[in-house]
Amino acid sequence: MGFQIPKNEYTGKINTVKLGKDKSEILIGGEASLPFYGFEGELPNKPIIAMDVFDIKPSGWPESLAKYYSDVWDDPVKWSQKCISEFGAEAICLHLASTNPDAGNTSPEDAAELVNKVRESIDKPLILYGDGPMEKIAEVMKKVSEKSADSNILMGWVEEDNYKTLAAAAMGYNNNVIALNPLDVNIAKQLNILLTQLGLSPDRIAMDPSSSGVGYGIEYCFSAMERLKIAALIQNDKMTQMPIINNIASEVWKVKEVKESEKEYPEWGDLEERGINWETISVMCMLASGSNIITMRHPKAVSLIKEIIKELL
Amino acid sequence: MALSGLEIFKKLPKTNCKDCGFPTCLAFAMQLVAGKVELAKCPHVSEEVKEALSEAAQPPILKVQVGTEDNSFIVGEETVMFRHDRTFVNQNAFAVSVDDDTDPAKVEEIVKNVNDLKYERVGQTLELDAICIKNKSGDKNIFLGAVEKIASITKKPLIFISSDPDTLMAAATEYKDRKPLIHTATKDNIDKFISLSKETGCPIVIRGESFEDIAAMTEKMRKEGIKNLVIDIGKRDLKSDFFNQLTLRRAAIKKKDRLFGYPTIVFPNEITDDPLKETLIASIFVAKYGSIIVLSNAKPQSVYPLLVYRQNIYTDPRKPMQVEQKIYEIGSPDENSPVLITTNFSLTYFIISGEIEGSKVPSWLLVMDVEGQSVLTAWAAGKFVPELIAQFINKSGIADKVKTKEIVIPGYVAQLQGELEDELDGKWKITVGPREAGEVPKFLKNYVA
Repeated sequence: MGFQIPKNEYTGKINTVKLGKDKSEILIGGEASLPFYGFEGELPNKPIIAMDVFDIKPSGWPESLAKYYSDVWDDPVKWSQKCISEFGAEAICLHLASTNPDAGNTSPEDAAELVNKVRESIDKPLILYGDGPMEKIAEVMKKVSEKSADSNILMGWVEEDNYKTLAAAAMGYNNNVIALNPLDVNIAKQLNILLTQLGLSPDRIAMDPSSSGVGYGIEYCFSAMERLKIAALIQNDKMTQMPIINNIASEVWKVKEVKESEKEYPEWGDLEERGINWETISVMCMLASGSNIITMRHPKAVSLIKEIIKELL
Repeated sequence: MALSGLEIFKKLPKTNCKDCGFPTCLAFAMQLVAGKVELAKCPHVSEEVKEALSEAAQPPILKVQVGTEDNSFIVGEETVMFRHDRTFVNQNAFAVSVDDDTDPAKVEEIVKNVNDLKYERVGQTLELDAICIKNKSGDKNIFLGAVEKIASITKKPLIFISSDPDTLMAAATEYKDRKPLIHTATKDNIDKFISLSKETGCPIVIRGESFEDIAAMTEKMRKEGIKNLVIDIGKRDLKSDFFNQLTLRRAAIKKKDRLFGYPTIVFPNEITDDPLKETLIASIFVAKYGSIIVLSNAKPQSVYPLLVYRQNIYTDPRKPMQVEQKIYEIGSPDENSPVLITTNFSLTYFIISGEIEGSKVPSWLLVMDVEGQSVLTAWAAGKFVPELIAQFINKSGIADKVKTKEIVIPGYVAQLQGELEDELDGKWKITVGPREAGEVPKFLKNYVA
């Protein structure tokens, strides 16, 4: 008797979201199986790597990471271009850190100007994360959406407190939003319900489950994502079928395990390789539980993850 | 084939005597089939029924122990596909592979690393589990020499790898008291491993190209009463190995097919030569169904992240991870440094301590035992309330460490401020800190300024 391969039956499908336009246009999501299980359902669009770029010089990056960017980090345009042409970024995740009132308080107009400039200088889609209080983020994204109308940028982030302004800004100018939830399937669903009730099309939403890296609660994120994907694919729950974005690079690169030298902690080994491993393991965990867009920073980690995705698909 | 809950129920006394701790025999049967209790909990079941049920009561993936007593690891006994469905049970083992023709000085260095790499994290010791000795030379005596050398300098469980059954028989016989894992039996030489198992009691890896091959071998072994087995299937190619691990786990757990209900072994060290890629591939099998994962080296920059990641994935989602209740020194705090308080949920502790560290403001962090709950949950559950917090502060000994009697509480429990000051008889000033950990560095910088 031959062996029958046990397969899952999927009744649902992840929404397909369009990012970018013309030369930068790509599709994410659309899958009808759990991650990398292509033998039991279609996986039309591979997960994409969005490399982090900041609008001001970031602080606290270990030299093992900073050395790749120190020549470009006073210029987000050059920084973005370097990520794409040298390191193979498939999207740019621009963090508008300076819009935070504590970090320069850049005005919505200036932020929108910068976003425009970066967007026009790259041929990959643009993802944005604001910074600071929710009201400021909403105000900035509103302006950004207006200035970058019809370009399918992905704007972060909305929560229950600011979803109205941002959803309206996305709807009015044909852009997409990131809906943030604190590792919680029910809150994720609730926010998607609110957004869609407002009239925002489900295919303009990506969910961010509040990622964390290895050693800092990654298992919560892993399980929250597995539950979301199971609800979406097996239970066909429409309000969980949004693709997932993991803004994990910020989490990975802030912990002491990727910053402290081998001299300080000999039992932790080589700092740069340790940082690469910390990032690739964290990212792989998210991909294995269903990430559609993942943020990354170390060029070597990016190339390893791209290689693994290719092999697994 | 495993029995259903109802089939088990039919064989129980059906007296609902509750001696097993469950309200009815049916409830007990359901727990049995879920692998949550042992049949031995029922004192009334007959020997005959015990035998009939013992197989059914076993978890869908059998337990395999490599090594003995303190120097051993256990894999298998898994019952779910997703950790959120219950929990993963026995964490995967990490083994480091050494070729038998490696330069002796190099062997010593690798084995020493495997022995010595130990990390304390969240109250657990994280370490590597085993050493694989591979008969790369193809020579029996070189292999036995390498085994002798390695066995003399480590107590870690051993895995012997050779394609020659006679070499393995010699090594297993010599070291049977250490119960090494023997790799590998194939369909062409399986009879020799039946004798090896019977004579030495060592667990055996069976290797096959296909699921049919594996099933044929495990069935043959079962008929001989041998269940101490580990499965090695595949071509050492990431995509097919990933698929095979998933399929084995599903066959055992979802289809309850006993022929595949054994732990597995995977070889990231043979899938790639790039050490960074190997680490990444190893991590995939931590979450996705590898039981024993073989690495080519014991470099701390690879081992440490893998061990921490394994600890994360194998944490029981039903029980929050806890850190010890005590005063944590972050940076090198002195009598003028700020004092903060939080709960002993490991995630809370990690995030707060990380932010304090990042702020470069040396601080005292009081961590209170609330059975591993986060600040808000513990407050809601009545465990992080003024009376109990005051008791903890008073007996913590923090009063002897600082001059300024002032404590920062989490912003989410700002409402405790007044009452807590009262409980502390006005000896401490209570300051409300930020709600989110991310705001702690800014808060601390202003606080000490």
